[in-house]
Amino acid sequence: MYWKQSLIALQTIAHKEANRYLRIWMQTLLPPAITMTLYFVIFGNLIGPRIGPMDGYTYMDFIVPGIIMIAVITNSYSNVVSSFFGAKFQKHIEELMVSPTPNIIILAGYISGGVGRGLLTGLIVTIVASFFTTLQIHNIAVLISVVFLTSVLFSLGGFVNAIFAKKFDDISIVPTFILTPLTYLGGVFYSISLLPDVWQGVSLLNPVLYMVNAFRYGFLGASDIDIRVAYGIIGLFIVVLGTLSLMLLKRGVGLRG
Amino acid sequence: MKALSLQGLSKTYKGGTTALSDVSLDVEQGAFFGLLGPNGAGKSTMIGIISSLVTMSSGSVEIFGFDLNRQPWEAKTRLGLVPQEFNFNGFETVEQIVLNQAGYYGIRRSEARTRAEKYLRQLGLWDKRGDASRTLSGGMKRRLMIARALVHEPPLLILDEPTAGVDIELRRSMWEFLREINERGTTIILTTHYLEEAETLCRRIAIIDEGRIIEHTSTQALLNRLKTHAFILDVKGPLQEATRIPGYAVQQLDEARLEVEVHEDQSLTDLFAALGSRGVSVMSMRNKSNRLEELFLRLLQDNGSTSDADERGQPEASAAENA
Repeated sequence: MYWKQSLIALQTIAHKEANRYLRIWMQTLLPPAITMTLYFVIFGNLIGPRIGPMDGYTYMDFIVPGIIMIAVITNSYSNVVSSFFGAKFQKHIEELMVSPTPNIIILAGYISGGVGRGLLTGLIVTIVASFFTTLQIHNIAVLISVVFLTSVLFSLGGFVNAIFAKKFDDISIVPTFILTPLTYLGGVFYSISLLPDVWQGVSLLNPVLYMVNAFRYGFLGASDIDIRVAYGIIGLFIVVLGTLSLMLLKRGVGLRG
Repeated sequence: MKALSLQGLSKTYKGGTTALSDVSLDVEQGAFFGLLGPNGAGKSTMIGIISSLVTMSSGSVEIFGFDLNRQPWEAKTRLGLVPQEFNFNGFETVEQIVLNQAGYYGIRRSEARTRAEKYLRQLGLWDKRGDASRTLSGGMKRRLMIARALVHEPPLLILDEPTAGVDIELRRSMWEFLREINERGTTIILTTHYLEEAETLCRRIAIIDEGRIIEHTSTQALLNRLKTHAFILDVKGPLQEATRIPGYAVQQLDEARLEVEVHEDQSLTDLFAALGSRGVSVMSMRNKSNRLEELFLRLLQDNGSTSDADERGQPEASAAENA
């Protein structure tokens, strides 16, 4: 591989992707800031005091990490799925396919876009959260690594979705019917210790639960699950989705005739 | 040195349609090469395979000696593609599109800016560099695709119907530009529906039909095979009666126009003399159709696909003349 040239190609795709989500900031960065502010106002300020402490923390403090994670997950996913599918739909993905850019660079470039938007949105929501509560940080390394890896994971998910998508409906099915239920049932608003044993077991099948709890551990030092298991699951999903993405690119699924 | 070498190229799509069948073709470095064929003949599939947009079923593609599958970086950096359909991001600016393309080929941004300016100026798009590409006219979009294809300065440029839908003035200026870059050493492969374009520009021609190359020779050799030329004569009318000239097939089209077939052994001087002796003055004359078009249709006819060719709408040379 021509590493130097490939690095320039990667910078080009990453720059192009960042330009895209910054250019349309009214659609990409502003809505999560508004939505998450509403979560903090309604669940944190209005309903939270009536719910009382959760796992020994105020309800506002408890939900902040999960709400930041919702923003990161949905924005990472939707950035890659909409950008890559848009490139397919408008056919300008052909610019990359005709070029010598290696598949791993194409993938890394689009993932960088998802991670960039995911983390930027996460930062915006964190700043918004700081107006509602005093944020404490228990372990900065866990905090940063978990949010980064989660963003990579869901960017990869968006990429796979975009490869298989044939029409615009196909890029909204997964976020609406799979991603949203998984995030809302992923322990954002409650501790799974409140659930009956059966539902606790079912909840453990939800990968988002591990990410939310590991992220919460980074903030509060409290988690429903062992964060080593969380790292293992996030890593496993990244390897599986990354390998699948590269295989699909190599075979030209959804891209080559 | 072969700029392009295709060996045993075949493509069968999932539905079972065979678009290419054991196609082998060599294009020499420096050539201005025309690839002709009716719609559905396999031209776009062939170009798609060469440019990595279509997966081949079997065979091999070499670009300047580099195998496309085994040495993709070396092969792809030597190829520039101007596709038939607009395929750029309509929300990006003209300059951004060209700069990004350079980046995909590993060209540093500072060098890319220099080249982008050079090609956008050459193609008359420099003043539009800050405009979103979707706001450009059709002709400008075509030129943008050429600038984009040239920014990494490939020695082989493939243009898939580059002048489709382009007005006559722009078409002529594009021809001139393509001639210039060919003279500077770029090998050009052109597919076109406008046979006048192929006859004017291309020194060698391959004709593809039903997924097979049915002819591959120099343009001149191909034209030399025409034994008969058909002319339309505008005469000082009105013609009083059916004009008959021994040895010539003459058809009266209306009161002031004759269609005459002249065999390569016959002289136009004799024809004019014969018409003059019958009191017919010729005011002007022109070819009935593009010469290559006549030959093209005959070759397809020989290949048993004339009706298909007609249905697939090949003879658009007249459209070029009228444009």
